Amino acid sequence: MSVTSLWVVVEPANGTLTTTSLELLSHARTLASNVSAITWGNGASFAAQAGEYGATTLYDVGALDGSLPGVPVASAIATLVQSVGAPDAILIPTSYDGRDIAGRLSARLDRPVLTNVTGLLDEGGLVTEHPVFGGTQTVKARFTGEGPGLIVVRAKSFAGESAGGAPATVVSAPVGDTAGTGSARIANSHVEERTGPKLEDAAVVVSGGRGLGEAEKYAMIEETARLLNGAPGASRAIVDAGWVPYSYQVGQTGKTVKPTVYIACGISGATQHMVGMKGSKNIVAINKDADAPIFQIADFGIVGDVHKVLPALIEALKNRA
Amino acid sequence: MNVVVCVKQIPDPAAPQSFDASHNLDRSGKLILDEADTYGVEMALQLVDKAGSGEVTVVSMGSASDVAGLRNALAMGAAKAVIVSDDSLRGTDSLGTAKVLAAVISRDMPDLILCATESSDGYTGTTPVQLAELLGLPSVTFAKSVVVEGGSLKVDRQTEAGYDEVTSPLPALVTVTAGVVEPRYASFKGIMAAKNKPVEVLSVADLGLEGAIGQAGARQEITEVVAAESRQAGEKYVDEGDGAEKIVAFLESIKVL
Repeated sequence: MSVTSLWVVVEPANGTLTTTSLELLSHARTLASNVSAITWGNGASFAAQAGEYGATTLYDVGALDGSLPGVPVASAIATLVQSVGAPDAILIPTSYDGRDIAGRLSARLDRPVLTNVTGLLDEGGLVTEHPVFGGTQTVKARFTGEGPGLIVVRAKSFAGESAGGAPATVVSAPVGDTAGTGSARIANSHVEERTGPKLEDAAVVVSGGRGLGEAEKYAMIEETARLLNGAPGASRAIVDAGWVPYSYQVGQTGKTVKPTVYIACGISGATQHMVGMKGSKNIVAINKDADAPIFQIADFGIVGDVHKVLPALIEALKNRA
Repeated sequence: MNVVVCVKQIPDPAAPQSFDASHNLDRSGKLILDEADTYGVEMALQLVDKAGSGEVTVVSMGSASDVAGLRNALAMGAAKAVIVSDDSLRGTDSLGTAKVLAAVISRDMPDLILCATESSDGYTGTTPVQLAELLGLPSVTFAKSVVVEGGSLKVDRQTEAGYDEVTSPLPALVTVTAGVVEPRYASFKGIMAAKNKPVEVLSVADLGLEGAIGQAGARQEITEVVAAESRQAGEKYVDEGDGAEKIVAFLESIKVL
């Protein structure tokens, strides 16, 4: 059974579709002749972008009125499956709301979900690829039952490339009955201000870990990142410890980054972290433990104390500025 | 206020992981309470304490041959544990797991269900929301703060840009991040008390779920496990006061500087 029809959940953020959404659309159109997208909010405003990246139809769930997207969007998709028939699979970005949509939809449709997908092939049917054991091995999997299978894909798994397509036809996709499940409401949104390039887009990422010793020392990471026109990142350990916000986290549960150079400072290299950064073009590691796993994947390693190496690096970079 | 915390006993993440012959994660070794679950247990204990009444129940699925992980949650202060353990559950996927947990929890619906955002072994991260849908409850994922006030829930939920303040009526399901609370260590008194706390072991038949769960119910299979493209270790130098200089030279060589 070859793949003919795919739906892609495309997430709006700040007036555009997210990068991961566009990556999924780009890849979907290489696999299936018929690609539709599903979005919410001011759906019609994304018709041109969705079409450009490969969708012919854009289903618009409409305004969510303060609801978290998971319940209403899953309900609308389940209703669509009833009314227009199921695609071969539904692709969903790995994100806070994407995972909510996938979970809700899976239970509603009684269909399985495959998550942490980093590759998607057509081998006479869809085959998913998943990194396991810290990215040292790749699992290939497939659905064996009736579709649509739900596939939750990690950021940066595919290149996002415009196909120059015409604007997608916008079709309203109303929310069905959600009973009591949709009663969680967003009362207020807080944006944590960050300056400089976005972590997931930066050409240089400088990340700090437990080796920094204390929260105040994270300032060295920010300073180094600023001097290299890069973005500061963090390991899960120091995010959990409350030193920096969750949005700084690189790794399995955080962001996936693939910068030109990733500089890991005082990060030992837990598998949870490596999954999020091992696709970097170059990796530099500074760690006082010569046996730290991070050195196994680093192109350039300095066995040394971050409290000595970083201040010297900051000084050297300042002198060049 | 009664709170259920869904927990998982997992192979020690510090030990090497592998698949068994049928491509399931090898769980034959010692199992421990997933550290990610300790935050939910702690949060639940604090919420029940603040409410002044009620209790914390931990609910799990997996092998009951070793329940040290559940005893750990009981030692922290949970009142009782329920585990669904059955050979037919091998190969169960996240939706199947949610069906099992839903069957247990719906026997006596609590005010609040807490879960980790994902387990540290399978990290699928969808079971909690599947569970909420099956139970017909609202859910708030990725909580970094949970407050119960006047019978409703206030959660600060992580977002890509910062966080949202989310409100929800109870009962509801919340997934908590590791930043939500600092888990307590079990006291000696707690460890001793845990030995006498009830651990109920249920089978799939006890829940009337025969045939619906397990490998066949998962409707997915691993076709292949292959070695991933690996990175080679590059140059490594011991810092002798020239580490920063060497990094600058490397950054120049790759034209970042």
